[in-house]
Amino acid sequence: MKLKGAEIVWECLVREGVEVVFGYPGGANMPIYDAMLNYPVHHVLVRHEQGGAHMADGYARASGKVGVAMATSGPGATNLVTGIATAMMDSVPVVFITGQVAAHLIGGDAFQETDVTGITLPITKHNYLVTRAEEIAETIREAFYIAKSGRPGPVLIDICKNAQVESCEFAYPEEVKLPGYQPVTRSPRNLLDDAVALIEKAKKPIILCGHGVIMSNAEEELMQFAVKTQTPVASTLLGLGAFPASHELSLGMMGMHGEAYTNLAIQNSDLILAFGMRFDDRVTGTLKTYAPKAKKIHIEIDPSEVHKNVFVDVPLVGDVKTVVADLIPLVDEYDHDEWKQEINGWKNEADTRSIMNWEEDGRLYVAHLIADIWKATGGGAIVTTDVGQHQMWTAQYYQLEKPNRWITSGGAGTMGFGLPSAIGAWFAAKDQEIWAVAGDGGFQMTAAELTTAVQEGANVKVAIMNNSFLGMVRQWQEFFFEKRYSAVNMLAPDFVKLAEAHGVPAKRVTKREEVNEAIEWARSIKGPTVLEFRVEMEDAVYPMVPAGAALHEMIRRPVKA
Amino acid sequence: MNYTFIALVENKPGVLNRVASLFRRRNFNIESLAVGRTENPEVSRMTVVVDCPNGDVDAHRIEANLYKLVNVIDVQDVTHQPVVARDLALIKVRVGPERRAEVNGLAEIFRARIVDVAPDSVVVEITGTEDKIEGMIELLRPIGIVEMVRTGQISMTRGVHDGVRRMPGMESRRYEDVMDMAEMMP
Repeated sequence: MKLKGAEIVWECLVREGVEVVFGYPGGANMPIYDAMLNYPVHHVLVRHEQGGAHMADGYARASGKVGVAMATSGPGATNLVTGIATAMMDSVPVVFITGQVAAHLIGGDAFQETDVTGITLPITKHNYLVTRAEEIAETIREAFYIAKSGRPGPVLIDICKNAQVESCEFAYPEEVKLPGYQPVTRSPRNLLDDAVALIEKAKKPIILCGHGVIMSNAEEELMQFAVKTQTPVASTLLGLGAFPASHELSLGMMGMHGEAYTNLAIQNSDLILAFGMRFDDRVTGTLKTYAPKAKKIHIEIDPSEVHKNVFVDVPLVGDVKTVVADLIPLVDEYDHDEWKQEINGWKNEADTRSIMNWEEDGRLYVAHLIADIWKATGGGAIVTTDVGQHQMWTAQYYQLEKPNRWITSGGAGTMGFGLPSAIGAWFAAKDQEIWAVAGDGGFQMTAAELTTAVQEGANVKVAIMNNSFLGMVRQWQEFFFEKRYSAVNMLAPDFVKLAEAHGVPAKRVTKREEVNEAIEWARSIKGPTVLEFRVEMEDAVYPMVPAGAALHEMIRRPVKA
Repeated sequence: MNYTFIALVENKPGVLNRVASLFRRRNFNIESLAVGRTENPEVSRMTVVVDCPNGDVDAHRIEANLYKLVNVIDVQDVTHQPVVARDLALIKVRVGPERRAEVNGLAEIFRARIVDVAPDSVVVEITGTEDKIEGMIELLRPIGIVEMVRTGQISMTRGVHDGVRRMPGMESRRYEDVMDMAEMMP
């Protein structure tokens, strides 16, 4: 069957199970857009390519499938960069397809020519420059395989315009031939035995659950292992939802803004079982004093993460699901009652400081608002966030029971991520309630996607936590720069009018008693809505481990007089 | 300390850039990098000498990071292995007819060759270990080196032994074996 390159693109995408792509047309990808009309794939016209990248990312995280975003060459392609880097840092499988000038023009600084493969080399798992139609099918097949397998990540395909219009014989490649790419999925028995020996000796073990658990669908294995060995489970920011927050073994989030008792448990543990996490500096604090008494077992699909930040005693390179499933029959049952009691002691102490136990004073605290949204939605919504204080409060107070419902930019910390990723998630789960929690700063970065939401009828609820500050930077300036508030005082547009200008119903909430009514109002409307909460201006996220401090040296929330 | 790695990579455009970019991004300093063909037209071979201030820890990182590149087939650390290591240098020496015999004599001692003679200079070709070449350079310098070029180190293990593969599950990744593995993939 002879097809044009542009048609081959869609033939391949359909065979890869792609139902929706997020993109923006332009000069160098017009043949692809022309061919699109003949294929059963829904295209979402975004307002900025970055929005498209985040939507594909949100779609991938909510669906567990590969997301797809498209852009033309030059500035269209470079506008994707932030979104690509975000997907890379959080290991999200997204395939990016960009247009490129004709192959014979490459290197000549042709109109809208940019070296996109060069630019994205360090922020993609792999990338391709396709100069001939004959290469397209094999490349797309490989790209999806690479994006999804091993440690997932973004793959970019830059397709020259001539390759899109030329015709060639189309055959969908049966298999992928990548001699160098062989992800290791299973750890050898002798290393499993070494791990079991450490588990047997441990009196104070703790599981650190990361994004890898969700990426490999290892939630059941994690539950079985944790229950059988009675090992408490702490979670990274991106691991939230892999283990139900209400479970008695759940310790919630660890790290810089993790629960104080969770960090204390890590520091006092004698065995760390790291499941699909990478000892990022935001979860370890300073490495010199990190979990000094603990032996460490690291289950990780990416060999380059082993010993990268923390030297581990037993590295189990492989897929978390496979490795934990292999471990479960090898370990005995334990109770670890003393250890759990010790942790409970710290937990009770933490409860006395919790803002949730404060008496209402009529003011709006984000923690309370998140808890209200959590209650109203029964804890079952998909929640996306921007980056900053509200992100941490949402991680702390939206108690997740299930995976793939927590969509946030962890590794890159990308502001403007919340709204577009929520729209993407909606395409993956149209029957689910979706809330995008944003700050006033981040929301202004990608607010234009409100119109995309309207055009698509995306049922997403945006909650803007407006404190008229870049809150997290302000918090750091408060704690570490003697309250010299430099460039954090931020004017915002009238968010209600702005939303309404986009055609989105909106409400402003300034009083505590209006909160629940507003949340219910937003929930009752089918389609996008915006709630602007005028929140307490100078509240801080607690606990906080200052950068460079030990994990247990936390700044705690002052006990309210 | 310098570590020497042998990497087999797919012979595709841009692979050298990917490897070099990886070393840059991870902040490793390349001492020498030599790339060339192999007996298999689909495979290129790189010999990379890298400064590893943290010794084996860095060596492990380098190997693991190389494997992150989709086009990298096999990585071996040959630092502590018996290897044949060679560097080739062309050295142009400013020398007139009166001292040419002296240069010729030095070349003979080092088993080097004079491959070009001009009225006021000669070009010496020397292959060998880096130490040997350094030794020759030291003796030629007082006579007057005009220009010099070196290929960088290439290495091959002696006998049929491989170098060390540090990554679990990555044993024996000769290209033929890898092709078999590819057929076993889902």
